Amino acid sequence: MNLLAAIGRVFLGFLQYTGRLTVFTGVALSHCIRPPVYFRLIARQMLEIGYFSLPVVGLTAIFTGMVLALQSHTGFARFSAEGAVATVVVISMTRELGPVLAGLMVAGRIGAAMAAEIGTMRVTEQVDALVTLATNPYKYLVAPRIIAGLLMLPCLVLVADIIGVFGGFLVGTYQLGYNPATYIHSSWEYLKPIDVISGLVKASAFGFIISLMGCYNGYNSRGGAQGVGQATTNAVVSASILILTSNYILTALFFNK
Amino acid sequence: MTPKIQLIDVHKSFGRKTVLDGVTVDIAPAESFVIIGGSGTGKSVTLKCILGLMRPERGSIKVDGEEMVGMRPRDRERVLTKFGMLFQGSALFDSLPVWENVAFGLIQGRRMDRRAARDKAMEKLAQVGLGADVGDLSPSELSGGMQKRVALARAIATEPEIIFFDEPTTGLDPIMADVINNLIVKCVKELGATAVSITHDMHSARKISDRMAMLYRGKLIWVGATGEVDKADNAYVDQFIHGRAEGPIKMEIRG
Repeated sequence: MNLLAAIGRVFLGFLQYTGRLTVFTGVALSHCIRPPVYFRLIARQMLEIGYFSLPVVGLTAIFTGMVLALQSHTGFARFSAEGAVATVVVISMTRELGPVLAGLMVAGRIGAAMAAEIGTMRVTEQVDALVTLATNPYKYLVAPRIIAGLLMLPCLVLVADIIGVFGGFLVGTYQLGYNPATYIHSSWEYLKPIDVISGLVKASAFGFIISLMGCYNGYNSRGGAQGVGQATTNAVVSASILILTSNYILTALFFNK
Repeated sequence: MTPKIQLIDVHKSFGRKTVLDGVTVDIAPAESFVIIGGSGTGKSVTLKCILGLMRPERGSIKVDGEEMVGMRPRDRERVLTKFGMLFQGSALFDSLPVWENVAFGLIQGRRMDRRAARDKAMEKLAQVGLGADVGDLSPSELSGGMQKRVALARAIATEPEIIFFDEPTTGLDPIMADVINNLIVKCVKELGATAVSITHDMHSARKISDRMAMLYRGKLIWVGATGEVDKADNAYVDQFIHGRAEGPIKMEIRG
């Protein structure tokens, strides 16, 4: 009986969380499309999410591309298919690894920062102060972050794709002895626009998820430093899980024919 | 005359804990009203219910005759332009410099040009005794007393009709607390605003109020003119204003 009660409590808690998140998303999105638009705040967030995430995303991408070239070379060499290495690197980077790894890295960097900043504002009554100054917190705090996340993740992923492919090229040509011209030709020949476009669409979805979870958890944090810490952890964990889940759904929608 | 703020039978609880249990009070225009009471008696919740930051389960809250409970968000934003609030912990935005904190309501709420808002912010900072050099500092670079003054400047910057003061002197030394009290009296008088303050500092309450009320266990157990508080025939009020451990008010160890 106690077990059933515990399961029921967990299920009800899940429904409550889903309901609250849905309402939060609806209100946040409505503020994204309704005036006034805070261009200055959006620009600041774009700089924070896009520009300042470049080093971490770039490093992740270059090493991923390098490892990918190395691994696919050793694997494909077993059945003399080394010629496919360049194609595997470029398709893997653009379709999957670019968006997913950039998404996860940005979730750790930006999702956590958003939750901590808004959470601290919540527990120190700064969010209440916004309300008393006739400023809607959704419009001032949440909407600029969501818009910036939606716009900047595709830019970051495009950069990650290029750097990742370049990492593969470096290992392929300098370490594995591929001809540079042949490597570049193989990369281009089999790359289709949908490979890049699907990655960018995924990136936009991941950007939305990261900003949403960062803002939602920060906005609903309670109880001082511990509450803010919990909100930060929840923001990163939930964003990461949702990124991986939605990645599968989007991949199935794009490529499952 | 329509009361500036009117609370009728307001109830608010958190789970099983009843915080407001039928609060009814009228606050007149240009009156300085202070709610006294111990910690956890519902003073802050009363202010938050008036501002719409919390929704009471029952009762009516009117500002200038307009019902605030269940009001549409857009209408609430309009009514909130009448308010200014000084928070207990100052609640300054640490991502903005001091002048932008003070000018926030002018820039965001009133859509004032940034340069004009900055001039106005400097004027308000001077009004609370702070120099122009403070304007470009970050709130974290200021002492607690200076942060309170900045918060006061922010509360009065939009020249609101109603100002709320949440524990304005808590955490300040006695001299700084008196400076803040004097500033509150001066600013409220100059603006002709209605002021509602909550405090458990009796020196502050006597100094800034025209009328006082005591909140105990979610009810206003005494309301009267400030001069009458010492003559109040109420054992709870008597114990509270004299700060005695013995009396009908027992400190609750568990909430």
